[in-house]
Amino acid sequence: MPTRAPATVTVHLVFLARYAELVGCETADLAVPAPATVETVLTAIRTGLSRGGELPARPVCALNHRQVPLDAAVSDGDEIALLPPVAGG
Amino acid sequence: MHLTERPIDIALLISLVEAPGRGGIASFLGTVRDHHAGRQVERLEYTAYRPMAEAECARIVAEAEARWPARIALEHRIGALGVGDIAVAIVAASAHRDGAFDACRYVIEELKHRVPIWKREYYTDGSVAWVDPTVPGGVVELEPGTP
Repeated sequence: MPTRAPATVTVHLVFLARYAELVGCETADLAVPAPATVETVLTAIRTGLSRGGELPARPVCALNHRQVPLDAAVSDGDEIALLPPVAGG
Repeated sequence: MHLTERPIDIALLISLVEAPGRGGIASFLGTVRDHHAGRQVERLEYTAYRPMAEAECARIVAEAEARWPARIALEHRIGALGVGDIAVAIVAASAHRDGAFDACRYVIEELKHRVPIWKREYYTDGSVAWVDPTVPGGVVELEPGTP
């Protein structure tokens, strides 16, 4: 039997600094239809999370601790973080 | 480890990179300023996306060490800081001053753009805001009801 690709991918979301305040949580798990990109996940966040629609249209996103473009493909178990503009130093 | 909750010890950082062959040591210290955008700052709090911040700091240090013949130490404070506290320290040691200055400058500029660290400022008038260099005024007021 050939292995079938899963119909959904579940990703671990991390909201940071004021984005965490906005959506009211620091982490969440979210299932989206496969195949998925970071953009797919953002769309699901906007509609699925309270006040998710108030996040910027194109926030800086990190996939497994590296900044990526929004068309980057995501896999089951990936960690996607939404990063407000940074202010270290 | 590049992030620390403890006060930064600049002498310790120098000891990590100094060597007989490195005759030029440049350092940069970023300290907590008492004002921002016309408001008096009383204290601040740094938060980080820790695993990525550690990885990004390591990448920046590796890039600088590949580009210049230098050894670099880098630490950034996380948590509550008061005015005058050292928030970030970079020490670059090289055979000569050019490599040390250039590597040190590279690390602080890249850190400010790439490392996921955020700053919440507490002002003497009781107000609190997130620092955001991309918005007019440079800060975003806290969400109502946020502790």
